[in-house]
This record gives sequence, structure tokens and C-alpha cells, in this order.
Amino acid sequence: MSILFKGRAQGAHDSVVSLPQKIQMFFVAHLRQALSSLGEIWRTPVASLMTIGVLGLSITLPGTLYILVKNAEQVSAGWQQASEISLFLHKRTSDAEAQQLMKRLSLWSEIDEVTYIPAAEALEEFKMLSGFGDAIAYLDENPIPDVILVAPTSKHAGPTAARLLLDKLRKEREVEIGKLDIEWLERLHAFLSLAKELVTIIALLLFLSVILIIGNTIRLNILSKRDEILVMKLVGATDSFIQRPFLYTGVWYGLLGALIAWITVAILLFWMESSIQDISALYQKNINITGLDGHALLVMLGCSVALGLAGSAISVQRHVKEIEPK
Amino acid sequence: MIKFEQVSKTYPGGQQALRKVSFHIEPGEMAFLTGHSGAGKSTLLKLISIMERPTVGNVLINGHDLNQIHRRQIAYIRRDIGMIFQSHQLLMDKSVFDNVALPLVIEGYSRKEITKRVDAALEMVGLRDKVKCLPITLSGGEQQRVGIARAVINKPPLLLADEPTGNLDPKLSMEIIRLFEDFNQAGVSVFIATHDLGLIARMKYRTLTLKSGMMITDGLSEDWQEEESSGLQGEL
Repeated sequence: MSILFKGRAQGAHDSVVSLPQKIQMFFVAHLRQALSSLGEIWRTPVASLMTIGVLGLSITLPGTLYILVKNAEQVSAGWQQASEISLFLHKRTSDAEAQQLMKRLSLWSEIDEVTYIPAAEALEEFKMLSGFGDAIAYLDENPIPDVILVAPTSKHAGPTAARLLLDKLRKEREVEIGKLDIEWLERLHAFLSLAKELVTIIALLLFLSVILIIGNTIRLNILSKRDEILVMKLVGATDSFIQRPFLYTGVWYGLLGALIAWITVAILLFWMESSIQDISALYQKNINITGLDGHALLVMLGCSVALGLAGSAISVQRHVKEIEPK
Repeated sequence: MIKFEQVSKTYPGGQQALRKVSFHIEPGEMAFLTGHSGAGKSTLLKLISIMERPTVGNVLINGHDLNQIHRRQIAYIRRDIGMIFQSHQLLMDKSVFDNVALPLVIEGYSRKEITKRVDAALEMVGLRDKVKCLPITLSGGEQQRVGIARAVINKPPLLLADEPTGNLDPKLSMEIIRLFEDFNQAGVSVFIATHDLGLIARMKYRTLTLKSGMMITDGLSEDWQEEESSGLQGEL
């Protein structure tokens, strides 16, 4: 409705009556503007490709790091389950006492499996594996104590839970030394969480640069269309109408940048696959590298589009207002 | 339709463009604004289209004080005013159709409605066959007529023209003025700023004259010519 002239229909909003028609026209108008923004990018392929390339690479780096951390976590998750506690018994512990301890321990809810390795058996094994066979024959008595291997249930296999269990086991009368080799595991976990934080920091910095890049590109777009904006303002275009195509341009930049990043990550993984296969052959373990799954891909696309929108929004807020007919 | 109440405009830097200007143009009236370059014609038009704000005084359109109009509402005010410029202000890389359609696109009309109205407007200014041309390929007079078609496309109740015949020969200028007369007869208020005194002399319209920012005459062009000639005689 016109402000100055009561009853004067202004624009299609007043002349179109039904609500569904209004809603339909709203979406048609937006779709038209979105497509025309895409056409604008298409018409300046070199400049657009450079911008999109920079955005793509900026998003590729955090994407790749994310995959590295995720895979490292997956591999180490397998190791964490294997934590095992070795209990070395006192020398004076008799066979029967050891058996009794075994029985008691197997009733504990934290424990999955208990294996008893008598001293004699352990010595035999050591003889075989170490190659000190003859030297050991000179010993007066067996230096190896009886050992009980305790495998915690999966619930108690984590570093802290396993440590608690170890403390409890140490209190048993027959146990001389309890050993849980999880220090390296804890270090690995600490390292992984540091790496995760690093990825977050790098991602934040690069996201900031994406906003700046898009903001600056949109600023240049606005300045190059100065004359057009002036004419549009003269014939009654609102700021938001003028801003909309630039916002869509930002969204397209974000989306296309994320697609470039996706393709780059896929190529990187493909490239690295043979060397990963070599490593997994060395460790006799099948390491499957997981790429970007659907969820991660959606997050990446969403982030990138949001960044594009944010960058262009900051830019249009400042610069469209500045251009006024004089 | 347009009412100025003791309006003064001083630009930053102290240049006084308008001094206590008052006048009233009735709805449906056609009037000319004249004066030498730098007399304040453009400033006066800019106050009506809110490209500038008055330093003192009120500008009213249809009884609404423009001082009360918020910055965000300016776009909607301009949709009620068809504006025509000496420099045409056309988008040179867009076709004649796109140029004329721009106000309708901004207001969100459907493609069908836009095509219909643009065709009618171009018919009115006699440029039906140039619809797909770029403005750069048209003559000055044709470009001005594209500007006029764009100004009237959404049927505004008020037309403002700043030196619409600035670069045209007398015959083309007359054609343009005849177009304005047609719109005026359809009920549109028309206000034209020009320094083309010969053009005004041939018509009987109210003419407002500005001199160094002051309104020195306001009346029918015949009266004004008499005053001018008597003034000249006085000087002689």
C-alpha cells in the first residue's frame, strides 16, 4: 500500500489477493534471483573460479585434518579394548592358592576372563622365545613368578576404569606387582585430543578467512554495479531487494567452494590409498580409511553455505547503504 | 499535490541552494520550474524525491510531510513518483524491455503482467519496435522516451522531470512535452524543470522561476513573460 496515496495499489502484493498466490510468487521471485546470481557467476568464469578455488582449498584443509583425526581415533579405539592387566604373584604363593585367587577373580563383575600362567610354563615359553635356553639351564631356581592375566570387560577396559581395577587387584594378598600397560595409550589419547583441538583452531581460522574472502568479493561486485544500484534506488528498490542477489551470490560461492573441497578430499584419499595399504600390510592389520560420510559432507556443505551467507551479509549491510543517489 | 512551506536548503560547506521557498502545485496540474543553472532547480526536485532533506521548512506530497518519512520508507515514496532525468539514467547493458520493466520487477509483478504493461508503455512513447535493443544503440530522443516509459510504467500520480529536453532539438523537445501533456490529461500531476525558455514560451502553463535559490515568479507563462519583458524594459 502506498504511503502517500491512500488506496493506491502499490506493487503486486496489493493486486494479488489470495495467500497461496502470494506465497508462490515469493518463492518464484527468490528462485529467479538465485538463478540470476548463478548466471552472474557463470558469466565471469575466470574471476569466479579463482574465488571458488580459494574457498575450496580453505575448506579442504580442515576437511582433510578431520578425516585424519577420525581415522586415528577409529584405529586407536581397537587398541583400547585390548588393555590387559598382568598380576605377578608372590614367590611363596602355592599352586592351590593361585587357583583359589583365580576362582575368586573370575566372580568379579569387572573381569571378563582370567588366564593362569604357572612359573614353569612361563619359563619354558621364555626359553623358546628368547634364545637364552642354555643360559637359563644354569639357574638354580626359576626367577619367573606365577602370572595371572586379567582381561577386563569392555566396560572396564578404558584407561581410567582399568586403572581403578588395577588398584583393587593390587590389594589382593597373593599379588606382588600388578601391571597395566596403558601409559602409551593415555599418551595417544592425549595426543589425539590435542590434534582435535588443533583441527578446530585451524578450521576456525580458515572459516574466518572464508568469510573475509567472500565479503571482499561481494564488496567488489557491489562497487562494480554501483550505477545499476543507483538507478534501482531511483525507481524505488528497497535495500533488501538490492541486497538479495548479492546474498545469493555468497551462498553459491559457499556451496561451490564446498563441492570443490569435497572433490579435493576424495582425490587426496584416492592418492593416499596405496601408501595406506603398505602401512596396513606392515602392521598385518586391515586399515580401512573412511572418507567423508553423508553426515560429515552435509555438515561441510552447511558450514560453507552459512559462511558464504555471513560473508556476503556483512558486505551488503555496509556497502549497499553507502550507495545513494545524489 | 506538491507543497513547499518556507523551505531552505544549505549544503554542508555553507552553499545556500534554496531560501524560504513556498509554493503549491494542485493535483492534476502541469507546471514548469525554470531558472539559470545553479538557481536551485535540481535541489528542489531532489527534495521532492528525498535525495536530499530540507535544512529548514516542510515539503509535503499529498498532505504528507516528507520530514516524517523514515529512511527505510524512501523506496516506497519513490514508487509513487515517476522520475525523468536529463542523463536518462538507463542501464546501458540491459535491453529496453528490461529497463522499462525494472520498476515492475522491483514491485514483484508476474512475468505476464510485466510484458503486457511494458508493451503498452512502449507503444505510448512510440518505441514498440525497439523493445529488444540496447539503449546505447538508440538516439538521444529515443533514450529519453525509454526513460519516460519507465517513469510511467507503474502509473504514478506524480511525474517529475529534470531537464527532460536538455539535449534535444526543438522538434523532439516538443514531442516529449506533448507526451507529458497526454499523461497530464490522464490525471497525472506533472512538474518539469527546464531552462529551455523558448519551449515554455509556446505553452500556457504555470511557471515557477528560481533565482539564486529564491522563488521570484509564480504564475502563467504569459504573465511571467510580460514581467520579464517589463523588467528588461526597466533595465533598459
